[in-house]
Amino acid sequence: MEFGTEFIILACAFGFFMAWGVGANDVANAMGTSIGSKALTVKQAVVVAAIFEFTGAWLAGGQVTTTIRKGIVDPGLLAGTPELLVYGMLASLLAAGIWLLVASRAGWPVSTTHSIVGAIVGFAAVGIGFDAVKWTKVGTIVMSWVISPAIAGIFSYWIFTSVQKFILNTDSPLENAKRYVPVYMFFVGFIIALITLFKGLKHVGLHLTVLQNYSVAAVMGIIVMSLGIFGIRRLKFDPSADREFHFANVEKVFGVLMIATACSMAFAHGSNDVANAVGPLAAVYGIVSSGGNVGQTTGVPNWILLLGGVGIVVGLITYGHKVIATIGKNITELTPSRGFSAELAAATTVVVASGTGIPVSTTHTLVGAVLGVGLARGIAALNMNVVRTIFLSWIVTLPAGALLSIFFFYLLMGIFG
Amino acid sequence: MARTTISSLFGTSPVKPLQAHMASVQDCISEMVPFFDAVVDKDWVQARKIQTNISKLERDADKLKRQLRLHLPSSLFMPVSRRDLLEILTMQDKIANKAKDVAGLIVGRKMELPNDLGPKFKEFIKRSIDASKQAQDAINELDELVETGFKGKEVAVVQAMIKTLDEIESDTDKIQVQIREEVFKLEKELPPVDVMFLYKAIEWIGDLADLSQRVGSRLELLLAR
Repeated sequence: MEFGTEFIILACAFGFFMAWGVGANDVANAMGTSIGSKALTVKQAVVVAAIFEFTGAWLAGGQVTTTIRKGIVDPGLLAGTPELLVYGMLASLLAAGIWLLVASRAGWPVSTTHSIVGAIVGFAAVGIGFDAVKWTKVGTIVMSWVISPAIAGIFSYWIFTSVQKFILNTDSPLENAKRYVPVYMFFVGFIIALITLFKGLKHVGLHLTVLQNYSVAAVMGIIVMSLGIFGIRRLKFDPSADREFHFANVEKVFGVLMIATACSMAFAHGSNDVANAVGPLAAVYGIVSSGGNVGQTTGVPNWILLLGGVGIVVGLITYGHKVIATIGKNITELTPSRGFSAELAAATTVVVASGTGIPVSTTHTLVGAVLGVGLARGIAALNMNVVRTIFLSWIVTLPAGALLSIFFFYLLMGIFG
Repeated sequence: MARTTISSLFGTSPVKPLQAHMASVQDCISEMVPFFDAVVDKDWVQARKIQTNISKLERDADKLKRQLRLHLPSSLFMPVSRRDLLEILTMQDKIANKAKDVAGLIVGRKMELPNDLGPKFKEFIKRSIDASKQAQDAINELDELVETGFKGKEVAVVQAMIKTLDEIESDTDKIQVQIREEVFKLEKELPPVDVMFLYKAIEWIGDLADLSQRVGSRLELLLAR
């Protein structure tokens, strides 16, 4: 294919830039609740995010990457002109990257996922043809953007209600917290590991049976639980702190739990959002390396997910830590018991979506989860304006991403064609 | 990019400001003890000084009230209704207002309390301050209520506090009846206008505990939702 190497280099550069953007901006939203509730310091959050965003991207990022790469555009129409798909994917990366830059400067709650999906749909529908878009798949994805916050909200409501029932509204909340928090920790490890395993780790050379999946997940759960028990034992309780606020020591126990959910949140985020950056890159690489075969029958190469993971970590270290620190200062009304309920619900929802290959917005899912806790009368004050701006951002982001990618599509066609 | 989606989702909790306002109200009404000491001793210089201070403390509470009202946007989604919360705030504020009015009336008229009634008045005012203290304690449980999601044991704790508050209020009613009886016995010997205002002062002091009780019953409404 003509310009094959150039295309791959360009796609790597754009993809890395997008991954950098995800690390610089989006990770902060995923980690913000942990820092706001003081379960982690900014430094710890950056370390946790770096490790788990990377593992999430690498271990569980394949399914969504596949969707972005070949789930949205129907390659059937492109058999004779594979370069169009290459231009389109490059244009989408550029469009989404630029839109995110503009939007995050203006402080709009736009989602990386929505931008990239909008961009891909845009170039395909206009640049190639209306039928080139797999509209049913796109419909499913768009539906999931509404459904994922709702499901996360229901989960978090349910989790938080159980926390109230078993711990907070009992005669000895501290004793019950010490008893039940390790159980929650087991579930954090078990669920996240199980979903990840079920969706297969074939690309890292792991083939397991169903029973083995459950066993490994249970072992993960037990490991997390043991770490939790160890962490709780090391806590120093200060009875005088309870005089001012009776639940100060109980919340300390939840702080340990929140470290685990912060890890799972970072993992979930990495697994879903890495695709936004490397999905188009995988498409470009697939076409070029197969000499123009748009079918892209091979799997997503490992190095592409690794590149995405590295990009996210670089973004986090060069810029994201600042955003994380700012968020931490703004969220002061969140206690670890709430933060944990919201994070566990959001992380589970996102990891399920990742496993199914559906690109969702981690931030919006987390917003849904926080509102769920709010419905259980758990948070003193939530600003509902955010929900309105999120709706607005949906309406604006899709056309904006689409228009920009159409522009870049024709620009690239002019340059290379 | 100072605020991101997640951080702008969290509003500022009105609980702490509401508690701060109640603390400031309590500071104001607590001054009524030395004030009545001075009045009973007919030390008008001292009484005037304390009355000025009470007015100042009442203005401080007013400022906090205005701050809280301004910072409670209508788009906040809270575990308690915004209206109930603002009504609690209004009731709290009325306690300080009433204290200011009582002090102002007494100093303005250099109102002399009938000699034998001095201790009874001191008891009356002390019990009224107990009532507002009890209301304050109940309001201070609000963060625990938010923590437990307005459920379970904590609700019972607050309900018990409100019950105690009702009892204290009924104590003040009893003292008020006793004082009225005493004044009734003396009223023919006193200048009529003075008596009129003396009754007024008694009524207003009685209002202090009533208002505290209303803070408690508004709080109970929050629990009942």
